[in-house]
Amino acid sequence: MSSLRQAIKRHGSFFLVPLWAGILCAPFTGIAAATRIALVLAAGVLLAAALRTGTITRLAHTLFSGSARMQGAGRRLVALLAAPPSAFLFLAALCVIPLFQNDYYRDVLTLTGMYVVLALGLNLVVGQAGLLNLGYVAFYAVGAYTYAISSTRFGLPFWPGMAAGAAVAALAALLIGLSTLKLRGDYFAIVTLGLGEITRIVLNNWDSVTGGPNGISRIPRPSLAGYVLKTPLDFYYLILLMVVITVFAMRRIIASRIGRAWIAIREDEVAAEAMGINTFKLKLLAFVIASALAGCVGVFFAAKMAFVSPESFTFFESVLILCMVVLGGMGSIPGIILGAVLLVMLPEIFRDFQDYRMIGFGIALVLMMIFRPQGLMGAGKRQ
Amino acid sequence: MLKLTNIAVSYGMISALKDVSITVGQGEIVALIGANGAGKSTTLMSISGVTDLVAGTISYRERVISGLPPHIIVSQGISQVPEGRRIFPRMTVLENLEMGAFLGNGKDLQIDLDRVFGLFPVLAERRRQLGGTLSGGEQQMLAIARALMSRPALLLLDEPSLGLAPIIVSRIFKIIEEINQQGMTVLLVEQNAKAALRLAHRGYVMETGRIVLEGRAVDLESDPAIKKAYLGE
Ligand SMILES: Nc1ncnc2c1ncn2[C@@H]1O[C@H](COP(=O)(O)OP(=O)(O)O)[C@@H](O)[C@H]1O
Ligand SMILES: [Mg+2]
Repeated sequence: MSSLRQAIKRHGSFFLVPLWAGILCAPFTGIAAATRIALVLAAGVLLAAALRTGTITRLAHTLFSGSARMQGAGRRLVALLAAPPSAFLFLAALCVIPLFQNDYYRDVLTLTGMYVVLALGLNLVVGQAGLLNLGYVAFYAVGAYTYAISSTRFGLPFWPGMAAGAAVAALAALLIGLSTLKLRGDYFAIVTLGLGEITRIVLNNWDSVTGGPNGISRIPRPSLAGYVLKTPLDFYYLILLMVVITVFAMRRIIASRIGRAWIAIREDEVAAEAMGINTFKLKLLAFVIASALAGCVGVFFAAKMAFVSPESFTFFESVLILCMVVLGGMGSIPGIILGAVLLVMLPEIFRDFQDYRMIGFGIALVLMMIFRPQGLMGAGKRQ
Repeated sequence: MLKLTNIAVSYGMISALKDVSITVGQGEIVALIGANGAGKSTTLMSISGVTDLVAGTISYRERVISGLPPHIIVSQGISQVPEGRRIFPRMTVLENLEMGAFLGNGKDLQIDLDRVFGLFPVLAERRRQLGGTLSGGEQQMLAIARALMSRPALLLLDEPSLGLAPIIVSRIFKIIEEINQQGMTVLLVEQNAKAALRLAHRGYVMETGRIVLEGRAVDLESDPAIKKAYLGE
């Protein structure tokens, strides 16, 4: 138990999560419900901390070691739990839990997964390379429309469609990056802001190709070895797979030489340049990878909804994803996942209060900047 | 080894360098001294390829390097320790040094680390400490060590004495001398003219973007105009 206490001390910031959730909810739900939410989350965080420090495995160990006959089984269970315990259990839970939920919850979980991938992608640009991208939704839209158009008009199947969506989004990012990333400072933010709006306006007005405000409907569903994915559960498992792949890839790339160079650029661009880091190429790389990822999620979105329209790709979406990155903590993968989960789940839980969610975000962000500028689990201040 | 020929640089409408010519020979320590705002840092940034020239050329080992991007210039063996140290504060000492070796293939990393730890034993002791938590002098040492990690043949130092206590300055200058004796060519930018001229073989004096004097360091040190303007005598 003492190690648990140490963990609480060391990861004290994790315990701010329930507090924050409570504060975020209070305007929507009233104090009583917000307190309950905070308590449930606190229990979850405590459980996670216990898993991390092995308190539970040790508890299991003492329980089982009592009887000689149980020892073998006990040891095996302990080994299983201790393996990469939290990640393994967490993933198993994510696979199983939706089986016992109704379709509405499955859809909310799927939506959460989409935003997790989007936010992890944007984090490469904002959190790693230190560029403010205000038009990220444009690449999400490009992916969605690439699949919508190519599948309805030319019968392109889902999987090549996903590759196409990623490729077109990456190409768009490459062209924009080549022309703007050479400029220093805030030009990139301004250009991407404009880009997001231009994309939406084009989608709205190029009727012959995009269907204008009516969008494109009857987009074919994906199929896997002859099985057509159509239920919310099918799509949940597909996005879960995408989340797992993304998290794995992000961990690898952030820990790589390139990931280090991004951090150097974010910390001090001039110094990074003086080290011989090709800052332009690396920033471009972050931007292109992130945009390709947004393109993939766009394809998924189009296939799941079987319908796309410009309404889904507003500036608000870009801001929402940016909030997830900033709220969770730039550069920290668990933090960003948390940010996405909070910002998708909470408004869903309190749908009736949707009109106030912008106010909620605004207040939360301002408080964030004041009290925890590095985000809930930010990598900002390492000890 | 390095030759700046009539270079000019401007920031927008403001011209920062006019008709600057400097040569640095193999194995030399050359000091570039001048008051704040004279254009010393701009000169180094032009050599590193960070700022573009309006006129003139820079050549290194008989080849023109002006116009090349910074990472190519570093890879050709010119490494700069920028003004104000600019270490990565939230990376450890070791990570800072690894960034310095970014262009290397990683195979000889340990050899390079051992070499700079030999020059700066204090950094070896603090290898796991965050850069931002080092003292000013240690940060300057880290900045120099980091620049050495790319195995340069020419080291550009921008005001290494800035904001440091005299005893630390003399320790750092001693190390610069040692590095030079091991074969490194050094272009040293300083406002601290006295210390710089004592260390250097030759020197240039810069005023408002122009070179106004040049010569052997000993001659500059005894020049009455220099004495008055820079040595406070
Ligand atoms: N990024 C910049 N933008 C505009 N003007 C600059 C910039 N950097 C330097 N300058 C100007 O160029 C001149 C030379 O500056 P600098 O090279 O930094 O001088 P020094 O290093 O000798 O103090 C100064 O007048 C300074 O104000
Ligand atoms: Mg300067």
